[in-house]
Amino acid sequence: MRELAASVISDHVAEMCQDANIYLGDDVFTALKDSLEKEESPTGKEVLKQLIENVEIARDEQIPICQDTGFAVFFVEWGQEVHLTGGTLEEAINAGVKRGYEEGYLRKSVVTDPLYDRVNTKDNTPAVIYTDIVPGEKVKISFAPKGGGSENMSAVKMLKPSDGEAGVIDFVVNHVKAAGPNPCPPIVVGVGIGGTFDKVAVQAKKALFRSVGEPNPDSKFAELEKTILKKINDLGVGPQGFGGRTFALAVHIETFPSHIASMAAAVNINCHACRHLERII
Amino acid sequence: MEPKKIQAPLTDEVVMSLKAGDNVLINGVIYTARDAAHKKLVELMDKGEPLPIVLEGQFIYYVGPTPAKPGQAIGSAGPTTSGRMDAYTPRMLEQGMKACIGKGLRSQAVKDALQKHKGLYLAAVGGAGALLSKKIKKSEVVAYPELGAEAIHRLEVEDFPATVINDAYGNDLYAEGAREYAR
Repeated sequence: MRELAASVISDHVAEMCQDANIYLGDDVFTALKDSLEKEESPTGKEVLKQLIENVEIARDEQIPICQDTGFAVFFVEWGQEVHLTGGTLEEAINAGVKRGYEEGYLRKSVVTDPLYDRVNTKDNTPAVIYTDIVPGEKVKISFAPKGGGSENMSAVKMLKPSDGEAGVIDFVVNHVKAAGPNPCPPIVVGVGIGGTFDKVAVQAKKALFRSVGEPNPDSKFAELEKTILKKINDLGVGPQGFGGRTFALAVHIETFPSHIASMAAAVNINCHACRHLERII
Repeated sequence: MEPKKIQAPLTDEVVMSLKAGDNVLINGVIYTARDAAHKKLVELMDKGEPLPIVLEGQFIYYVGPTPAKPGQAIGSAGPTTSGRMDAYTPRMLEQGMKACIGKGLRSQAVKDALQKHKGLYLAAVGGAGALLSKKIKKSEVVAYPELGAEAIHRLEVEDFPATVINDAYGNDLYAEGAREYAR
Protein backbone atom coordinates (compact mmCIF):
# COMPACT_ATOMS: atom_id res chain seq x y z
CA MET A 1 0.00 0.00 0.00
CA ARG A 2 1.38 3.40 -1.00
CA GLU A 3 0.61 6.37 1.23
CA LEU A 4 -0.12 9.71 -0.39
CA ALA A 5 -0.74 12.93 1.55
CA ALA A 6 -3.80 15.02 0.66
CA SER A 7 -1.55 18.09 0.56
CA VAL A 8 0.35 16.58 -2.39
CA ILE A 9 -2.90 16.30 -4.33
CA SER A 10 -3.78 19.92 -3.42
CA ASP A 11 -0.36 21.18 -4.59
CA HIS A 12 -0.72 19.46 -7.96
CA VAL A 13 -4.29 20.69 -8.40
CA ALA A 14 -3.36 24.30 -7.59
CA GLU A 15 -0.64 24.25 -10.24
CA MET A 16 -2.87 22.54 -12.79
CA CYS A 17 -5.60 25.19 -12.37
CA GLN A 18 -3.13 27.96 -13.18
CA ASP A 19 -1.25 26.16 -15.95
CA ALA A 20 -4.37 25.00 -17.81
CA ASN A 21 -5.78 28.52 -17.87
CA ILE A 22 -2.59 30.17 -19.13
CA TYR A 23 -0.92 27.62 -21.44
CA LEU A 24 -3.09 26.17 -24.19
CA GLY A 25 -2.14 22.57 -24.97
CA ASP A 26 -0.08 21.86 -28.10
CA ASP A 27 -2.88 19.68 -29.45
CA VAL A 28 -5.32 22.60 -29.65
CA PHE A 29 -2.69 25.16 -30.66
CA THR A 30 -1.57 22.95 -33.56
CA ALA A 31 -5.20 22.43 -34.62
CA LEU A 32 -5.74 26.22 -34.65
CA LYS A 33 -2.62 26.79 -36.78
CA ASP A 34 -3.62 24.01 -39.18
CA SER A 35 -7.08 25.50 -39.56
CA LEU A 36 -5.59 28.89 -40.50
CA GLU A 37 -3.87 27.17 -43.47
CA LYS A 38 -7.18 25.68 -44.65
CA GLU A 39 -9.62 28.50 -43.87
CA GLU A 40 -11.05 30.16 -47.02
CA SER A 41 -12.86 33.14 -45.49
CA PRO A 42 -10.75 36.31 -45.02
CA THR A 43 -12.75 37.24 -41.90
CA GLY A 44 -12.37 33.67 -40.65
CA LYS A 45 -8.60 33.86 -41.16
CA GLU A 46 -8.49 37.14 -39.24
CA VAL A 47 -10.30 35.50 -36.30
CA LEU A 48 -7.93 32.53 -36.30
CA LYS A 49 -4.92 34.88 -36.36
CA GLN A 50 -6.32 36.72 -33.34
CA LEU A 51 -6.85 33.41 -31.53
CA ILE A 52 -3.27 32.30 -32.23
CA GLU A 53 -1.92 35.67 -31.09
CA ASN A 54 -4.13 35.41 -28.00
CA VAL A 55 -2.56 32.07 -27.05
CA GLU A 56 0.92 33.60 -27.44
CA ILE A 57 0.06 36.68 -25.35
CA ALA A 58 -1.47 34.48 -22.63
CA ARG A 59 1.66 32.31 -22.52
CA ASP A 60 4.21 35.16 -22.69
CA GLU A 61 2.47 37.55 -20.29
CA GLN A 62 0.80 35.01 -18.00
CA ILE A 63 -2.73 36.25 -18.66
CA PRO A 64 -5.60 33.73 -18.70
CA ILE A 65 -6.43 32.67 -22.28
CA CYS A 66 -10.09 33.50 -21.64
CA GLN A 67 -11.76 35.50 -18.87
CA ASP A 68 -14.07 32.55 -18.24
CA THR A 69 -11.65 30.40 -16.30
CA GLY A 70 -14.37 27.87 -15.88
CA PHE A 71 -16.03 25.43 -13.58
CA ALA A 72 -13.24 23.11 -12.37
CA VAL A 73 -13.93 19.60 -13.69
CA PHE A 74 -11.80 16.60 -12.68
CA PHE A 75 -11.61 12.98 -13.74
CA VAL A 76 -9.53 11.03 -11.24
CA GLU A 77 -8.25 7.50 -11.77
CA TRP A 78 -7.28 6.33 -8.32
CA GLY A 79 -5.06 3.27 -8.03
CA GLN A 80 -6.60 0.98 -5.41
CA GLU A 81 -3.18 0.39 -3.80
CA VAL A 82 -2.96 4.06 -2.80
CA HIS A 83 -4.03 5.21 0.66
CA LEU A 84 -4.82 8.92 0.99
CA THR A 85 -3.76 10.46 4.31
CA GLY A 86 -4.64 13.77 5.95
CA GLY A 87 -8.06 14.40 4.39
CA THR A 88 -10.55 13.23 1.79
CA LEU A 89 -9.96 13.41 -1.95
CA GLU A 90 -12.79 15.91 -2.34
CA GLU A 91 -11.29 18.20 0.32
CA ALA A 92 -7.83 17.89 -1.22
CA ILE A 93 -9.04 18.81 -4.71
CA ASN A 94 -11.19 21.71 -3.51
CA ALA A 95 -8.31 23.09 -1.43
CA GLY A 96 -6.15 23.00 -4.57
CA VAL A 97 -8.83 24.74 -6.66
CA LYS A 98 -9.26 27.47 -4.04
CA ARG A 99 -5.53 28.15 -3.89
CA GLY A 100 -4.99 27.89 -7.67
CA TYR A 101 -7.82 30.31 -8.51
CA GLU A 102 -6.79 32.80 -5.82
CA GLU A 103 -3.04 32.79 -6.47
CA GLY A 104 -3.51 32.69 -10.24
CA TYR A 105 -5.85 35.71 -10.40
CA LEU A 106 -8.42 33.48 -12.10
CA ARG A 107 -12.10 34.42 -12.22
CA LYS A 108 -14.35 32.84 -9.62
CA SER A 109 -17.44 31.79 -11.53
CA VAL A 110 -19.38 29.54 -9.15
CA VAL A 111 -22.49 30.58 -7.19
CA THR A 112 -23.80 28.72 -4.14
CA ASP A 113 -27.42 28.15 -5.11
CA PRO A 114 -28.41 27.72 -8.77
CA LEU A 115 -31.89 29.21 -8.41
CA TYR A 116 -32.65 31.42 -5.41
CA ASP A 117 -29.45 32.63 -3.84
CA ARG A 118 -26.88 33.05 -6.58
CA VAL A 119 -24.07 34.25 -4.33
CA ASN A 120 -20.49 33.72 -5.50
CA THR A 121 -18.54 31.16 -3.45
CA LYS A 122 -15.53 33.45 -4.05
CA ASP A 123 -13.01 30.63 -4.49
CA ASN A 124 -14.44 28.77 -7.51
CA THR A 125 -15.31 25.71 -5.41
CA PRO A 126 -16.83 23.20 -5.36
CA ALA A 127 -15.20 21.34 -8.23
CA VAL A 128 -17.04 18.70 -10.26
CA ILE A 129 -15.21 15.43 -9.57
CA TYR A 130 -15.56 11.99 -11.17
CA THR A 131 -13.57 9.18 -9.60
CA ASP A 132 -12.73 5.73 -10.95
CA ILE A 133 -10.95 3.15 -8.83
CA VAL A 134 -8.38 1.38 -11.00
CA PRO A 135 -5.69 -1.27 -10.40
CA GLY A 136 -2.19 -0.17 -9.38
CA GLU A 137 -0.55 2.38 -7.12
CA LYS A 138 -0.66 5.50 -9.23
CA VAL A 139 -3.13 8.37 -9.33
CA LYS A 140 -4.03 10.12 -12.58
CA ILE A 141 -5.71 13.51 -12.32
CA SER A 142 -7.25 15.06 -15.42
CA PHE A 143 -8.47 18.65 -15.17
CA ALA A 144 -10.45 20.94 -17.44
CA PRO A 145 -11.71 24.44 -16.61
CA LYS A 146 -15.08 24.38 -18.38
CA GLY A 147 -16.43 27.67 -19.69
CA GLY A 148 -20.11 28.50 -19.26
CA GLY A 149 -20.80 29.80 -22.77
CA SER A 150 -19.99 26.51 -24.46
CA GLU A 151 -21.38 24.38 -21.62
CA ASN A 152 -24.76 26.10 -22.07
CA MET A 153 -24.85 24.84 -25.66
CA SER A 154 -24.98 21.16 -24.65
CA ALA A 155 -27.77 18.56 -24.76
CA VAL A 156 -28.84 15.00 -24.06
CA LYS A 157 -31.33 13.11 -26.22
CA MET A 158 -32.74 9.65 -25.64
CA LEU A 159 -32.75 8.32 -29.20
CA LYS A 160 -34.42 5.09 -30.26
CA PRO A 161 -32.17 2.21 -31.33
CA SER A 162 -33.95 2.34 -34.71
CA ASP A 163 -32.76 5.93 -35.22
CA GLY A 164 -29.38 4.39 -36.06
CA GLU A 165 -26.31 6.20 -37.33
CA ALA A 166 -28.41 8.77 -39.21
CA GLY A 167 -30.23 9.62 -35.98
CA VAL A 168 -26.98 10.28 -34.14
CA ILE A 169 -25.59 12.39 -36.99
CA ASP A 170 -28.78 14.48 -37.27
CA PHE A 171 -28.97 15.08 -33.53
CA VAL A 172 -25.36 16.23 -33.27
CA VAL A 173 -25.25 18.32 -36.44
CA ASN A 174 -28.61 20.02 -35.86
CA HIS A 175 -27.75 20.75 -32.26
CA VAL A 176 -24.40 22.30 -33.15
CA LYS A 177 -26.02 24.28 -35.97
CA ALA A 178 -28.54 25.79 -33.54
CA ALA A 179 -25.72 26.71 -31.14
CA GLY A 180 -24.07 28.63 -34.02
CA PRO A 181 -21.73 31.38 -32.85
CA ASN A 182 -22.63 31.13 -29.15
CA PRO A 183 -20.04 28.55 -27.97
CA CYS A 184 -17.09 30.53 -29.47
CA PRO A 185 -16.18 28.54 -32.57
CA PRO A 186 -14.00 26.90 -33.74
CA ILE A 187 -15.37 24.36 -31.28
CA VAL A 188 -14.48 20.87 -30.12
CA VAL A 189 -17.55 18.63 -30.07
CA GLY A 190 -17.74 15.94 -27.39
CA VAL A 191 -20.30 13.24 -28.18
CA GLY A 192 -21.47 10.45 -25.87
CA ILE A 193 -23.42 7.48 -27.20
CA GLY A 194 -24.90 4.70 -25.05
CA GLY A 195 -25.34 4.15 -21.33
CA THR A 196 -28.03 5.78 -19.22
CA PHE A 197 -29.25 9.40 -19.22
CA ASP A 198 -26.53 10.43 -16.74
CA LYS A 199 -23.74 8.19 -18.07
CA VAL A 200 -24.01 9.49 -21.63
CA ALA A 201 -23.47 13.08 -20.48
CA VAL A 202 -20.35 12.07 -18.58
CA GLN A 203 -19.07 10.25 -21.68
CA ALA A 204 -19.58 13.42 -23.75
CA LYS A 205 -17.62 15.38 -21.15
CA LYS A 206 -14.87 12.77 -21.10
CA ALA A 207 -14.60 13.07 -24.89
CA LEU A 208 -13.49 16.70 -24.43
CA PHE A 209 -10.50 15.54 -22.36
CA ARG A 210 -9.07 13.61 -25.29
CA SER A 211 -6.14 15.16 -27.16
CA VAL A 212 -7.70 17.22 -29.99
CA GLY A 213 -7.82 15.27 -33.23
CA GLU A 214 -6.92 11.91 -31.69
CA PRO A 215 -9.45 9.49 -33.19
CA ASN A 216 -11.63 6.98 -31.35
CA PRO A 217 -9.68 3.68 -31.16
CA ASP A 218 -12.60 1.83 -32.79
CA SER A 219 -12.38 2.47 -36.56
CA LYS A 220 -16.18 2.58 -37.00
CA PHE A 221 -16.48 5.40 -34.50
CA ALA A 222 -13.35 7.10 -35.84
CA GLU A 223 -15.06 7.14 -39.25
CA LEU A 224 -18.26 8.54 -37.70
CA GLU A 225 -16.21 11.31 -36.06
CA LYS A 226 -14.87 12.28 -39.49
CA THR A 227 -18.33 12.18 -41.09
CA ILE A 228 -19.87 14.41 -38.41
CA LEU A 229 -16.90 16.84 -38.50
CA LYS A 230 -17.28 17.31 -42.25
CA LYS A 231 -21.03 17.91 -41.96
CA ILE A 232 -20.48 20.46 -39.19
CA ASN A 233 -17.85 22.36 -41.16
CA ASP A 234 -20.04 22.25 -44.28
CA LEU A 235 -22.61 24.37 -42.41
CA GLY A 236 -20.32 27.32 -43.24
CA VAL A 237 -20.67 28.86 -39.78
CA GLY A 238 -16.89 29.31 -39.51
CA PRO A 239 -14.69 30.86 -36.83
CA GLN A 240 -16.84 32.86 -34.36
CA GLY A 241 -19.82 32.29 -36.67
CA PHE A 242 -18.64 35.03 -39.06
CA GLY A 243 -18.78 32.57 -41.98
CA GLY A 244 -16.04 30.20 -43.08
CA ARG A 245 -14.90 26.61 -43.25
CA THR A 246 -13.71 26.07 -39.67
CA PHE A 247 -16.71 25.69 -37.39
CA ALA A 248 -15.20 22.73 -35.49
CA LEU A 249 -11.63 21.59 -34.90
CA ALA A 250 -12.60 18.05 -33.95
CA VAL A 251 -15.43 15.68 -33.04
CA HIS A 252 -14.66 13.15 -30.30
CA ILE A 253 -17.02 10.26 -29.60
CA GLU A 254 -17.00 8.19 -26.39
CA THR A 255 -19.33 5.22 -26.18
CA PHE A 256 -20.74 2.92 -23.50
CA PRO A 257 -22.83 -0.26 -23.76
CA SER A 258 -26.54 0.42 -24.08
CA HIS A 259 -29.81 -0.92 -22.68
CA ILE A 260 -31.74 -2.99 -25.27
CA ALA A 261 -34.48 -0.33 -25.37
CA SER A 262 -32.24 2.74 -25.53
CA MET A 263 -29.69 4.68 -27.51
CA ALA A 264 -28.78 7.69 -25.41
CA ALA A 265 -26.78 10.47 -27.07
CA ALA A 266 -25.20 13.61 -25.68
CA VAL A 267 -23.37 16.62 -27.05
CA ASN A 268 -21.02 18.63 -24.86
CA ILE A 269 -19.36 21.54 -26.63
CA ASN A 270 -16.03 23.16 -25.85
CA CYS A 271 -14.85 26.47 -27.25
CA HIS A 272 -11.51 26.76 -29.06
CA ALA A 273 -9.87 27.29 -25.66
CA CYS A 274 -10.18 23.54 -25.08
CA ARG A 275 -8.09 23.57 -21.92
CA HIS A 276 -7.26 20.22 -20.40
CA LEU A 277 -4.31 18.90 -18.49
CA GLU A 278 -3.37 15.63 -16.86
CA ARG A 279 -0.82 14.52 -14.32
CA ILE A 280 0.17 11.13 -13.03
CA ILE A 281 1.22 11.11 -9.38
CA MET B 1 -10.73 44.83 -45.86
CA GLU B 2 -8.91 47.25 -43.55
CA PRO B 3 -10.70 47.82 -40.26
CA LYS B 4 -12.31 51.25 -39.77
CA LYS B 5 -11.26 53.30 -36.78
CA ILE B 6 -14.23 54.62 -34.84
CA GLN B 7 -14.55 56.83 -31.81
CA ALA B 8 -16.73 56.21 -28.75
CA PRO B 9 -19.28 57.58 -27.95
CA LEU B 10 -21.03 57.07 -31.31
CA THR B 11 -23.01 59.45 -33.51
CA ASP B 12 -25.96 58.37 -35.70
CA GLU B 13 -23.87 59.28 -38.72
CA VAL B 14 -21.18 56.74 -37.82
CA VAL B 15 -23.79 54.10 -36.92
CA MET B 16 -25.44 54.49 -40.34
CA SER B 17 -22.08 54.29 -42.13
CA LEU B 18 -21.37 50.79 -40.78
CA LYS B 19 -22.68 47.53 -42.20
CA ALA B 20 -22.77 43.93 -40.98
CA GLY B 21 -19.36 42.36 -41.68
CA ASP B 22 -17.37 45.58 -41.20
CA ASN B 23 -14.35 45.26 -38.96
CA VAL B 24 -13.77 48.21 -36.66
CA LEU B 25 -11.19 49.40 -34.15
CA ILE B 26 -12.86 51.22 -31.26
CA ASN B 27 -11.15 54.12 -29.48
CA GLY B 28 -12.31 56.14 -26.48
CA VAL B 29 -14.43 55.32 -23.44
CA ILE B 30 -16.81 52.35 -23.25
CA TYR B 31 -18.75 50.83 -20.34
CA THR B 32 -19.17 47.23 -19.21
CA ALA B 33 -22.34 45.50 -18.05
CA ARG B 34 -23.45 41.88 -17.76
CA ASP B 35 -26.69 40.22 -16.60
CA ALA B 36 -26.76 41.54 -13.04
CA ALA B 37 -25.93 45.16 -13.96
CA HIS B 38 -28.52 45.16 -16.77
CA LYS B 39 -31.15 43.94 -14.35
CA LYS B 40 -30.36 46.81 -11.96
CA LEU B 41 -30.35 49.42 -14.75
CA VAL B 42 -33.72 48.30 -16.09
CA GLU B 43 -35.20 48.30 -12.57
CA LEU B 44 -34.16 51.96 -12.25
CA MET B 45 -35.74 52.73 -15.64
CA ASP B 46 -38.97 51.07 -14.48
CA LYS B 47 -39.01 53.32 -11.41
CA GLY B 48 -38.16 56.37 -13.50
CA GLU B 49 -35.01 56.98 -11.47
CA PRO B 50 -31.72 58.32 -12.85
CA LEU B 51 -29.13 55.80 -14.05
CA PRO B 52 -25.58 55.70 -12.63
CA ILE B 53 -24.20 56.21 -16.17
CA VAL B 54 -25.49 58.31 -19.07
CA LEU B 55 -26.24 55.89 -21.91
CA GLU B 56 -26.55 58.48 -24.70
CA GLY B 57 -24.27 57.44 -27.58
CA GLN B 58 -22.47 54.83 -25.50
CA PHE B 59 -21.01 51.40 -26.16
CA ILE B 60 -21.83 48.68 -23.62
CA TYR B 61 -19.37 45.77 -23.53
CA TYR B 62 -20.64 42.46 -22.14
CA VAL B 63 -17.64 41.30 -20.13
CA GLY B 64 -16.71 39.89 -16.73
CA PRO B 65 -12.90 40.05 -16.60
CA THR B 66 -10.51 38.01 -14.50
CA PRO B 67 -8.99 39.95 -11.57
CA ALA B 68 -6.16 42.27 -12.62
CA LYS B 69 -2.71 41.35 -11.38
CA PRO B 70 -0.70 44.16 -9.79
CA GLY B 71 0.40 46.51 -12.58
CA GLN B 72 -2.27 45.43 -15.06
CA ALA B 73 -5.15 47.71 -16.17
CA ILE B 74 -7.46 44.69 -16.32
CA GLY B 75 -7.29 40.89 -16.43
CA SER B 76 -8.37 38.66 -19.31
CA ALA B 77 -11.35 40.46 -20.84
CA GLY B 78 -13.16 38.77 -23.74
CA PRO B 79 -16.89 39.04 -24.50
CA THR B 80 -19.58 36.92 -22.86
CA THR B 81 -22.68 35.45 -24.57
CA SER B 82 -24.98 38.31 -25.55
CA GLY B 83 -28.25 36.38 -25.66
CA ARG B 84 -28.57 36.63 -21.88
CA MET B 85 -28.94 40.39 -22.27
CA ASP B 86 -31.67 40.16 -24.96
CA ALA B 87 -34.46 40.87 -22.49
CA TYR B 88 -32.85 44.18 -21.50
CA THR B 89 -31.27 45.45 -24.74
CA PRO B 90 -34.32 47.16 -26.32
CA ARG B 91 -34.73 49.20 -23.12
CA MET B 92 -31.06 50.18 -23.18
CA LEU B 93 -31.41 51.34 -26.80
CA GLU B 94 -34.50 53.40 -25.88
CA GLN B 95 -32.33 55.18 -23.31
CA GLY B 96 -29.78 56.15 -25.96
CA MET B 97 -27.25 53.30 -25.95
CA LYS B 98 -25.83 53.13 -29.49
CA ALA B 99 -23.86 49.90 -29.57
CA CYS B 100 -23.29 46.72 -27.64
CA ILE B 101 -20.35 44.33 -27.90
CA GLY B 102 -20.56 40.64 -27.04
CA LYS B 103 -20.66 37.34 -28.88
CA GLY B 104 -23.37 35.06 -30.18
CA LEU B 105 -26.93 35.25 -31.46
CA ARG B 106 -29.46 38.01 -30.66
CA SER B 107 -33.26 37.81 -30.60
CA GLN B 108 -35.46 39.29 -33.30
CA ALA B 109 -36.66 41.89 -30.78
CA VAL B 110 -33.08 43.11 -30.35
CA LYS B 111 -32.49 43.24 -34.11
CA ASP B 112 -35.72 45.22 -34.57
CA ALA B 113 -34.75 47.63 -31.79
CA LEU B 114 -31.35 48.20 -33.41
CA GLN B 115 -33.13 49.30 -36.59
CA LYS B 116 -35.67 51.43 -34.75
CA HIS B 117 -33.16 53.27 -32.57
CA LYS B 118 -30.22 53.29 -35.02
CA GLY B 119 -27.91 50.98 -33.09
CA LEU B 120 -25.24 48.37 -33.70
CA TYR B 121 -24.48 44.93 -32.30
CA LEU B 122 -20.84 44.00 -32.59
CA ALA B 123 -18.91 40.86 -31.70
CA ALA B 124 -15.41 40.79 -30.29
CA VAL B 125 -13.56 37.49 -30.69
CA GLY B 126 -14.86 35.21 -27.94
CA GLY B 127 -12.08 33.55 -26.00
CA ALA B 128 -9.45 36.10 -27.04
CA GLY B 129 -9.43 37.54 -23.52
CA ALA B 130 -5.65 37.95 -23.23
CA LEU B 131 -5.36 39.78 -26.57
CA LEU B 132 -8.37 42.03 -25.86
CA SER B 133 -7.02 42.92 -22.39
CA LYS B 134 -4.04 44.58 -24.12
CA LYS B 135 -6.42 46.99 -25.91
CA ILE B 136 -7.86 48.22 -22.60
CA LYS B 137 -5.62 50.90 -21.18
CA LYS B 138 -7.56 51.86 -18.07
CA SER B 139 -10.41 50.36 -16.07
CA GLU B 140 -12.36 51.73 -13.13
CA VAL B 141 -15.57 50.71 -11.40
CA VAL B 142 -18.26 53.39 -11.76
CA ALA B 143 -21.33 51.56 -10.40
CA TYR B 144 -22.38 48.49 -8.41
CA PRO B 145 -18.96 47.57 -6.92
CA GLU B 146 -20.75 44.85 -4.92
CA LEU B 147 -21.16 42.89 -8.15
CA GLY B 148 -17.40 42.23 -8.41
CA ALA B 149 -16.49 41.15 -11.95
CA GLU B 150 -20.05 42.09 -12.95
CA ALA B 151 -19.81 45.71 -11.72
CA ILE B 152 -20.13 48.49 -14.31
CA HIS B 153 -16.60 49.47 -15.35
CA ARG B 154 -15.52 52.49 -17.38
CA LEU B 155 -12.88 51.34 -19.87
CA GLU B 156 -10.49 53.40 -21.95
CA VAL B 157 -9.79 51.44 -25.11
CA GLU B 158 -7.33 51.82 -27.97
CA ASP B 159 -7.93 50.07 -31.27
CA PHE B 160 -10.24 47.53 -29.65
CA PRO B 161 -11.14 45.11 -32.49
CA ALA B 162 -14.76 44.14 -33.17
CA THR B 163 -16.94 43.07 -36.09
CA VAL B 164 -20.41 44.43 -36.88
CA ILE B 165 -22.93 41.57 -36.66
CA ASN B 166 -26.30 43.37 -36.76
CA ASP B 167 -26.44 46.82 -38.32
CA ALA B 168 -29.18 49.47 -38.32
CA TYR B 169 -30.41 48.26 -41.72
CA GLY B 170 -31.49 44.78 -40.55
CA ASN B 171 -28.45 42.91 -41.92
CA ASP B 172 -27.09 39.95 -39.95
CA LEU B 173 -23.54 38.68 -40.45
CA TYR B 174 -24.27 35.40 -38.63
CA ALA B 175 -26.92 34.54 -41.24
CA GLU B 176 -25.08 35.93 -44.28
CA GLY B 177 -21.59 34.65 -43.46
CA ALA B 178 -22.73 31.05 -43.04
CA ARG B 179 -24.70 31.12 -46.31
CA GLU B 180 -21.61 32.15 -48.22
CA TYR B 181 -19.45 29.24 -46.99
CA ALA B 182 -22.04 26.46 -46.60
CA ARG B 183 -21.73 23.42 -48.87
